Amino acid sequence: MQVFDLGSSGPSQGLTTARAAGLVACRTCGQVHHKGAERCKRCQSPLISRDHQSLQKVWAWLIAGIIAYIPANTYPMLLTSTLLERSESTIIGGVVDLMHYGAYGIAFVVFFASVVIPVGKFLAIMYLAVSVQRASQANQHGRHKAYDLVEFIGRWSMIDVFVVAILSALVQLDTIATINPGIAAVSFALSVIFTMLAAQAFDPRLIWDVDRTPHD
Amino acid sequence: MTDAQQYLDDLVACPQCDTLHAAQDLPEGMRACCQRCGHVLMSTQRTAVARIIALALTAFVLMIAAVTFPFLSLNAGGVQNATSVIDAVLAFKDGLAFPLAVATAFFIVVLPLMRLSALIYALGPLVTERKPHPGARFAFGLAERLRPWSMAEIFIVGVTVALIKVAGMAAVTIGPAFWAFAGVVVITILKDQLICRYSIWEALDQAKA
Repeated sequence: MQVFDLGSSGPSQGLTTARAAGLVACRTCGQVHHKGAERCKRCQSPLISRDHQSLQKVWAWLIAGIIAYIPANTYPMLLTSTLLERSESTIIGGVVDLMHYGAYGIAFVVFFASVVIPVGKFLAIMYLAVSVQRASQANQHGRHKAYDLVEFIGRWSMIDVFVVAILSALVQLDTIATINPGIAAVSFALSVIFTMLAAQAFDPRLIWDVDRTPHD
Repeated sequence: MTDAQQYLDDLVACPQCDTLHAAQDLPEGMRACCQRCGHVLMSTQRTAVARIIALALTAFVLMIAAVTFPFLSLNAGGVQNATSVIDAVLAFKDGLAFPLAVATAFFIVVLPLMRLSALIYALGPLVTERKPHPGARFAFGLAERLRPWSMAEIFIVGVTVALIKVAGMAAVTIGPAFWAFAGVVVITILKDQLICRYSIWEALDQAKA
């Protein structure tokens, strides 16, 4: 697809934000309103020029997410009982089991979705929040990409919860083998939901605002 | 409409970084990105609405099939157990995990269906150039807001992982619902790529006038 140059409504050397022009834009549909309008006339979404409580909400959800992630790793995700033995496996335990079966690719997918993505997300959201608090001017494009990535990839952590759901529903073979979900599945799901909410609470416009407000 | 109002309607602000741009009619098959952060602001495909509706209807029907047909069944040592998508949701029904059963039901069945119904409701009349239903804007806004929470595609990857875990210990039979669900995922992704928020809001606006 070709890219069309929209140009800017502002002066040619710089770009103007809706806020700088005394306007407020709807983030749902893009409609622009005069400052002071409370609801979008097109889609009825509430209008906020900048969400100044954004960072508070981000930190609150993020901390909740990190707290929920701890029991998700220490408690068992799956309770397996077979004719011979009963066993409990944690997230990491499940990855190790998969490697024992020789399924390295799948082990990598699970490890990536349940450990790398959540931890990476905690770090990325912290970095975004701290950099906005410090009014950092560095690497705005990089940080915006990080935000996009966090929003896009965060939901994929739910893979492990769905794996547990399918395994527990499928493996119910009376005495031969049964699998039941462990409590870690709940805390892991909570952790994913909380960090998704943290990412959604972040107002990406704050990344770009620093080059508008002179520091002198 | 006053001049000032007309002027506001000709502007489009980037939802990600708030930069203002002057909206223009894009030539067919092009897209326009934010000058500052690169977010896609508009893309044009004239027949997009009809295609979105067609894909949404297809996905809706497949989703119904995915929920009702047998999904997977497992056979080991003469004992067999069949599972539907609903059974997977109900895996969490006991004790403390119950809220997770509700959440899972929403993520993999309820929210995808809600998104599809909202899209069909909001955009259906546009295909035949009729007036949109009341609440069409709300329905489209809802469909867009629910996007991150609708996790059918993640579920299908989860199922694949589970299958590989089980395949070593027992024989797994894949039922028609599995393929229906996989179809829902592919079609939903195709459909979401066609959605250009800006053009659909404009279309909803023009249809009203």
